[in-house]
Parts: sequence; C-alpha cells; structure tokens
Amino acid sequence: MRFLILLWIGLVLPVHAQDAKKEIQRYQQMIAEGSPVELFELEGEALWKKPQGPNQVSLEKCDLGQGAGVLKGAYARLPRYFKDADRVMDLETRLLHCMMTLQGRSRDEATRRVFGNDDRPSEMESLSAYIAAQSRGVPMAAGSAQPKEKAAFELGRKLFFHRAGPWDFSCASCHGEADKRIRMQDLPVLSKPEFARPVVATWPAYRVSNSQFKTIQWRMNDCYRQMRMPEPVFASDATVALITYLTVTGKGEPYRGPGTKR
Amino acid sequence: MAAGPMKMRATLGNGYTDVRVLMTHPMETGQRKDPDGKLIPMHFIQNLTVKVNGKTVVEAETSQAVSRNPVFTFRVKGGARGDKVEVSWVDTEGETNKTEAAVT
Repeated sequence: MRFLILLWIGLVLPVHAQDAKKEIQRYQQMIAEGSPVELFELEGEALWKKPQGPNQVSLEKCDLGQGAGVLKGAYARLPRYFKDADRVMDLETRLLHCMMTLQGRSRDEATRRVFGNDDRPSEMESLSAYIAAQSRGVPMAAGSAQPKEKAAFELGRKLFFHRAGPWDFSCASCHGEADKRIRMQDLPVLSKPEFARPVVATWPAYRVSNSQFKTIQWRMNDCYRQMRMPEPVFASDATVALITYLTVTGKGEPYRGPGTKR
Repeated sequence: MAAGPMKMRATLGNGYTDVRVLMTHPMETGQRKDPDGKLIPMHFIQNLTVKVNGKTVVEAETSQAVSRNPVFTFRVKGGARGDKVEVSWVDTEGETNKTEAAVT
C-alpha cells in the first residue's frame, strides 16, 4: 500500500507543482491579511518603555545605530558595526547589549529565555516585532563597508557553506540549489540576492502553524538544530556573521515585515 | 492572561465602514493535551459585540473553530468620520476585553 502511494505521489507531483505553487501563494496572501503581528508590536512597544533590571530603566535610550532611542529605519541598517562594543551586531545582539549596559542586567538573566512559546512570547520576540516594524518601507541596507562588517560577511559566507555535524550538512545543503523543498516549502537559495531579498525583507515573522513570533536569531538556531549541529550561542559571533552574510546578500528591497509565514 | 492587547482600525468607505480588529486570545479548543497528556480545558471567545456610537450593530457567537489571536473584519452600513466604534468580547471563562477607535 505504501509503495502504491509513493508511486502515486511520484506520478502526480511534477504535473501539479505549478498549481501547488499558485495555491501556496494564495494561502500566503490570506494569512498575511489576518496576521496578528501588530499584537506583538504592541507588546514590544510596552517592553521597550518598561523600566527593568537593577538600574530600573527602560530601553528607550538604546542606540540601535541611528542615535539613542531612534527606531525609525534602524532595523533596515542592521546588522552593523558598533564602535562602543567594537563588534558587528544584529538587532537581538544589540538589544542584549543594551539590556546589559543600560539596564544593568546580567547576560545570563537576559538570555535565559530568548525564544518563547505560543503562550508566552519572549522579550526578544516582542521587541523584534516592534522595532522591525519601524522600518517598514525602508530599503534593507546592512553595514558592509567597515572592516569588521566585511570580516563578519566573510565568516558568515564560510559558515554558510561549511559542512559539519553527524549529517555532514551545511546551510547550502538545503539553501544552495534552486527547486529544492521540504514538504511543500520552497527553499530559497540564500547565497543568491534574488532569493535572499524577499526573505530579508520579511523576517522577523509570525508563524501561523504554531502561533509564534520568530526572530532571525531563532532562525539561525533552529537551522543548526535541523542540521543536528551543536546549539549555537545566542548573539555569538557565528550567528551574527551568518545573519550579516544573509542580510547583506539580500539587501535592497524595502522592508515589508514583520512577515507572516506558513 | 487571556485579556492581552487588542488593536482596531475603522475606515470609512463609500457608504460603509470597515472595522478590522485583532485580539489576543489562546482560543483553546479543549481537545489539545499538555506535555503530561492531560487535556487543556477549553477556553475561547464566545461572544463578540460591535457597537457604533453606543448602538449594537454586530453580535456574533464564535466557537473553538476560530484560531488563536484571531482577526475579525466587519463591514458596517453607514458611518461617518469620528464615529466611535467599540468591540468587546466575552470568553468561556467570563473574561472580557474591549477596545475603542474612531472611524477615520
């Protein structure tokens, strides 16, 4: 029986691949219309303004690269090099930096729960939604001129193609060739700008199938889990480098997120 | 924490008003199980009321079939700029929440 079903799928799929793609696009449009992303933005705004940590201050003075507290267009310029920390940072890494320096929180405490669940989103998730939303319409342009930004891009590119782990996988094993997919999900070739652009312009995003808001650091973390590699450290040089590589590769499209994914 | 934030927009069309409202709610069906295998009790929005300037224009009964964090869109006849639209809900636990917006 199983053999018969497999045979049937094998025969039917190539014929209907195009139809399926169209139907998936229609579905994506429908979920985007009913997206609860704005609820996460509201929660993020409240968190941004809420005094926390030993210093009992909010994040409102946090400099995301456009000056202290400037949110408009800040996300579209990340990741970028920050002089005060002397390293390249993506949004979440920078937020963690602000939580530690402004609010006086320990790294341990601030990263204890960076990925939430459907009942309780994490601080990083809500904050990402709020801050990214302030870049709607702004063309994505991560930093790529400063030497450390160039180094992060190069390291990210190496990591993207670096095969390792029990399955000898790299990011490129799934995202290196066109027309590959997992179940019905098309896999974008993230090393090519034309594929990376729409991805970069819509993350972070709300995922309908599990009612959760997902951040870009989570995406890196979960890809490594899927590759059966050791868990990468949140806001580490490795995850920041990968995010830099992907974001710089996919620069240029106006931001239209936070998106809504299947 | 069923009563999380709500967000609403009411936009005037030609002879009608479109009301779009987002609400935070777990919308538990009563059929899911927790990691210990115990049923998670049902908990969902049961009644939804839309009022324009204090007058009820929509009364809806909703069920478990509606997703978590639902979004509703209503098209109401008439309306004018500045009209006060209020949307409120009551869930199976008797919890309520409401939000207000002016028609733009």
